[in-house]
Amino acid sequence: MDHLDRLESQSIYIFREAFYAFERIALPWSMGKDSNVLIWLAKKAFCTKIPFPILHIDTTYEFPEMLEFRDWAKNYYDLDLIVWINEAARRGDPPYSSPIGYETHDPVTVTHELKTVALQQAMAKYQWDALITGIRRDEDPTRAKERYFSPRTAQFEWDYKDQPPEFWNQFTTQVGPGEHVRVQPLLDWTELDIWLYIKREKIPIPKMYFARPDPQTGKMMRFRSLGCWPITKPVESSATTIDDIIEELRTTKTSERAGRAQDHHERNAMQKLRAKGFM
Amino acid sequence: MSSTAPSREKLRIVIVGHVDHGKSTLIGRLLFDTGSVPEGKYEQLKAAAEAEGMDFEYAFLLDALLEEQEQNITIDTTQIPFRTATRDYVIIDAPGHKEFLKNMITGAASADAAILLIAANEGIQEQSRRHGYLLSLLGIRQIIVAVNKMDTVHYDQKTFEQIQKEYTDFLKELNITPTYFIPISARYGVNITHSARDLMPWCTAPAILEALAQFTPPSARHDMPLRLPVQDVYRFDDRRIIAGRIEAGTLRVGDEIEFLPDGKRSRVKSFETWPIPQEPILQAEAGRSVAITLTEQIFIRRGHIAQKPQSGCIETHEFRANVFWIASEPLRVGSRFKLRLTTQEVEASLITLHRVIDTATLVAPPHSPDFIGKNEVGEVTLRTRSPIALDLASFLPETGRFVIIGSNGIAAGGGIVLHAKPEERRSSENIVWADGGVSREMREARNLHRGAVLWFTGLSGSGKTTLAVALERDLFRRGYQTFILDGDNLRFGLNRDLDFSPAARSENIRRASEVAKLMAEAGLIVITSFISPYRLDRERARAIITETKIPFIEIYINAPLEVCQKRDPKGLYAKALAGEIKNFTGISAPYEPPENPEIEIRTDLLSPEKALDLLLDRILPQLQLKEPETSI
Repeated sequence: MDHLDRLESQSIYIFREAFYAFERIALPWSMGKDSNVLIWLAKKAFCTKIPFPILHIDTTYEFPEMLEFRDWAKNYYDLDLIVWINEAARRGDPPYSSPIGYETHDPVTVTHELKTVALQQAMAKYQWDALITGIRRDEDPTRAKERYFSPRTAQFEWDYKDQPPEFWNQFTTQVGPGEHVRVQPLLDWTELDIWLYIKREKIPIPKMYFARPDPQTGKMMRFRSLGCWPITKPVESSATTIDDIIEELRTTKTSERAGRAQDHHERNAMQKLRAKGFM
Repeated sequence: MSSTAPSREKLRIVIVGHVDHGKSTLIGRLLFDTGSVPEGKYEQLKAAAEAEGMDFEYAFLLDALLEEQEQNITIDTTQIPFRTATRDYVIIDAPGHKEFLKNMITGAASADAAILLIAANEGIQEQSRRHGYLLSLLGIRQIIVAVNKMDTVHYDQKTFEQIQKEYTDFLKELNITPTYFIPISARYGVNITHSARDLMPWCTAPAILEALAQFTPPSARHDMPLRLPVQDVYRFDDRRIIAGRIEAGTLRVGDEIEFLPDGKRSRVKSFETWPIPQEPILQAEAGRSVAITLTEQIFIRRGHIAQKPQSGCIETHEFRANVFWIASEPLRVGSRFKLRLTTQEVEASLITLHRVIDTATLVAPPHSPDFIGKNEVGEVTLRTRSPIALDLASFLPETGRFVIIGSNGIAAGGGIVLHAKPEERRSSENIVWADGGVSREMREARNLHRGAVLWFTGLSGSGKTTLAVALERDLFRRGYQTFILDGDNLRFGLNRDLDFSPAARSENIRRASEVAKLMAEAGLIVITSFISPYRLDRERARAIITETKIPFIEIYINAPLEVCQKRDPKGLYAKALAGEIKNFTGISAPYEPPENPEIEIRTDLLSPEKALDLLLDRILPQLQLKEPETSI
């Protein structure tokens, strides 16, 4: 077994523990590289159709290419797909006084309303007691402190100051009313591991990860991390193949989420977003 | 080409030590000196520190939470990847504060190696000893003891050697020999990436990174005996797939395997995978999560452990262990709790506490010796209600360690199996005589389950007896005290004066209810198997039994009359139809099906195996004792 085999086995183990422990689970899917690896691992864990729904929180600021990919992958993987939009926020219906959008609001507010609150709405409807997320420890220092099974309160809060102990693959599986557990099978993976695995397994991913000439400047650009189009910027890169991307990652010192505006809006923006329920 | 090179083996290193002895600074330094800090981050943090009139600290590079930055402490464990030219590492930063011991263990339990820091100016402190002890308990054998802040003692050789001697003596008591003792200054980068002979010409130890390069990742366990704990059994389609991870050994298609507890055997038919490979997979080794099918359909569930027949996995009710305790409520002699070992979950109790030690001092704590307090370790004998399959931790850690779950569902402690023998009969040493009579609660506490009446009702031929027998056998094997009250058997003795008239049938059920109640009072799980056709009689049985708060679970074994007639196991339907039996339920006497049974089983739709599965799932939770008198 090599390093990727080990990561794969641990992730599959976590998927199976979650499926055993929780009656109602869902897998939020952004169509980004990590969540595509997550879908792939779920197919492997259950050797067949994924036995729980896949949730896409649609902010309505999705890149068209991502939506195309979503429709294609839904059929390819035979997904039971739920698409959820915080319609009230987009329209400005009560409790909102005006429509929420990047045109009028800062990225932290929009991310909170259109992602976290939308997720809360979907949770209220479907009553999931566990969500399987694609977060990794190396993405961000607050994620580095996560557990594989990480409890969230009914208010979606993460009590990072008093997390349950977790060792020897024994996880916290008890949830109170309204609470849920974030199950995080990719915690041990790094960005480089993800790409090495995508290459080895030939996992389909959106084309936006590969460098293309920018229509305005003609410079070669690619997306390293995908989010809402108004706040997600490509980075200069000549990587047009997965091998190129892997080579680039081995040498880069730019952080992965450098192109994601909501992280940099204020000091510890990510910690604040995450304590309130953001992935 | 490097881009296509396979990813490299990772070594996981935990950094432990007393608070403020420099763990975060060392990590920040390791990241910075190996070029693992993202571009601009150092400059950004340096500028931020200057703006607030502070000196830049390397610890800023990793303390992520606002509270951590403000108080300059690490609250929870964190993991940071970094790499050198030769190897990939994951650093696990473990908090040093005493109240964060659970986070330290969470971090350290997954490590392959450890760096334990002792500040030269403060010397060995409480957590230096505690963490050393826990490393030994967790089985971490590759240890660097780094004496940090050598700059504060002017790189003095005597100070270093004094600490080295004192701490070596301490570790000797734990049977630990640290691999390296290294004097460093994390703050000034001395002895981190390269030796600092200029400052400490007397130093013969390698630098931290040189020492780490000597350490080895955990060895593969594929040549050990097979251990495959079952995580789950999937029946999504017509396959019956057994899922689990091979913790040791190698498994091949065609291998005969034995499932503990109970030792049922079958052979591996296939490895199931997605996507389906071009060539079928024929074997898998330790560490691999697998899904297999068997040649023979035997009843397997989560918690079974597969091994090659008789290859040493120990099946027992009792074993000796070291337990470390991190919950606030102490673990007392007589405490009952859930114990999880791989995918097994069993109820257990602490029956003997051989000794308790304070991990900081290695002596018995001043409190009474009948409990293990927070942050203490005890050597104990545990008894489980149902048999558990395990190995000695010294033989195979994966199946030799367990966690104890508190009543809030959170791990309250962990343990290492020291000694266990395959099932042995105990003499009377654990029998306790109580003054003033034996109550039901005392019997239940002994049995580790409640007394209860499981009342099966249904037509003749519906499958009551078949299921009752299967259920009893299963419960008995799990260590429950059980007894079947069968309608026919009672009519041979106690009820032989009764005929089958409606009045006599009611009396039959009344007497049976009273007997069931007495037996449940004695702590047994009584499984009754009577047609009990009248709703009113069953309600009366319920009233008799629940009067003394014994659980009454009505189980409706439902199969259509045509199906029962077709089965006719005793030939009774044929006789009844021929008019040879009067008052035969379903033919010449009514059957009133339950309106709200606790459980209904359709035996015409379910296989006996599935029916039993369903029954167990519903019944087992009801048999658990309520809140233990000693809550954890």
